[in-house]
Amino acid sequence: MEELRLLIVILLSAVFVDNYVLCRFLGICPFLGVSKKLNQSVGMGVAVTLVMLIATAVTWPIQCYVLDTLGLGYLQNILFILIIATLVQMLEMLLKKLSPSLYKGLGVYLPLITTNCAVLGVTINNIIDGYSFVESMVSSLGCGLGFLLAMVLFSGIRSRINEANIPTPFRGLAVTLIAASFISLAFMGFGGIIENIFA
Amino acid sequence: MKNNNSLSVLTNGILKENPVLVLVLGTCPTLATTTTVSGAIGMGLAALVVLLCSNIFISLLRKIIPETMRIPCYIVIIAGFVTVVKMLVQAFFPGLYEVLGVYLDLITVNCIILGRAEMFANKNTVVVSALDGIGMGLGFTLALGAMATVREVFGAASFAGIAIPLLEEYKIEFLTKAPGGLLVYGLLIALVYALTKGCAPVKKSFSCSGCANASTCRMGECANREKEGNN
Repeated sequence: MEELRLLIVILLSAVFVDNYVLCRFLGICPFLGVSKKLNQSVGMGVAVTLVMLIATAVTWPIQCYVLDTLGLGYLQNILFILIIATLVQMLEMLLKKLSPSLYKGLGVYLPLITTNCAVLGVTINNIIDGYSFVESMVSSLGCGLGFLLAMVLFSGIRSRINEANIPTPFRGLAVTLIAASFISLAFMGFGGIIENIFA
Repeated sequence: MKNNNSLSVLTNGILKENPVLVLVLGTCPTLATTTTVSGAIGMGLAALVVLLCSNIFISLLRKIIPETMRIPCYIVIIAGFVTVVKMLVQAFFPGLYEVLGVYLDLITVNCIILGRAEMFANKNTVVVSALDGIGMGLGFTLALGAMATVREVFGAASFAGIAIPLLEEYKIEFLTKAPGGLLVYGLLIALVYALTKGCAPVKKSFSCSGCANASTCRMGECANREKEGNN
């Protein structure tokens, strides 16, 4: 029971309180770049969640059973980024072969995920926070869902921005960042709620 | 003439093609590490060292690395230098290491570094690439420093840890939090746009095709905006 409560807290904090995009600033590039349309946002969000889960499932055992036991902790960075890049490539090939329709939807976003700092960030953060394997997976799921939520919310706001009459210097990225600032402000309201509900 | 060219390569990164404010690359560390001036400068210098080393190496190896395998090769080279820099920072500046935390690791996936490797270092000679690395790194550091100055002075009433008594009563704490970072960044970009009358940087030297970040980067949008401005 205690275990389950902890997992729920990890999941909900990752989605709402410590939202990777809006509070920790990881994965800002796709957040700003691919959030113009709702279907694009969903595609990118789902693809990122999938890669985060798979990457965590592979990197956690490697860190614990290979790097830590052999004292090779300093290779973490190089190894993790290589693993993520390989996984993304393999996932792309698999999707192409097994489910062309899904590949059509997600395929274009996959190459971009390699250089998405949220994926590398979540795998390293799981190790730094000292999570167990199950906790790491739950935390990755939460981060992915949080990313998806932020993307979906933001795509709605961006469609409104497109129709608004904006002063020239603010057009493009500037107004997008300011809108993102307001969503981030809204998410700050979640601070402390999760811990108190389950305390 | 040649001298002139290399000088312009150096200054390009600082002003005309400032990676943060004009090219809008490397947004994650820009937002995350600019709550304090010292953290921002530390981050900027760490990225500068990695950028310089990776630019030199990739430029040296540009004839050896096969075209199809170039992105993984670049990533391994960059990750290697990031590890070296991380260990040096941990050994000599433990305070900074604490502040930067995971963002030090994330220099690996900083779009500026991979972007410069792809757009510049694999086409140019070692010396020019090194200058480009220094220029871009300095531009990154200066932009981070400017943003951190705004956020720290007005948000925490201090500069690089030194308290400013005059502003103590009027600090806007919001600026040091996450939304404040996004807001200041947005305002700075608008300011740079207003000062430079639109996107001044040359498009020629950047080919978006083949860039790992092509569909997330703003170059296309920027060109459109410039067109609108001309009309």
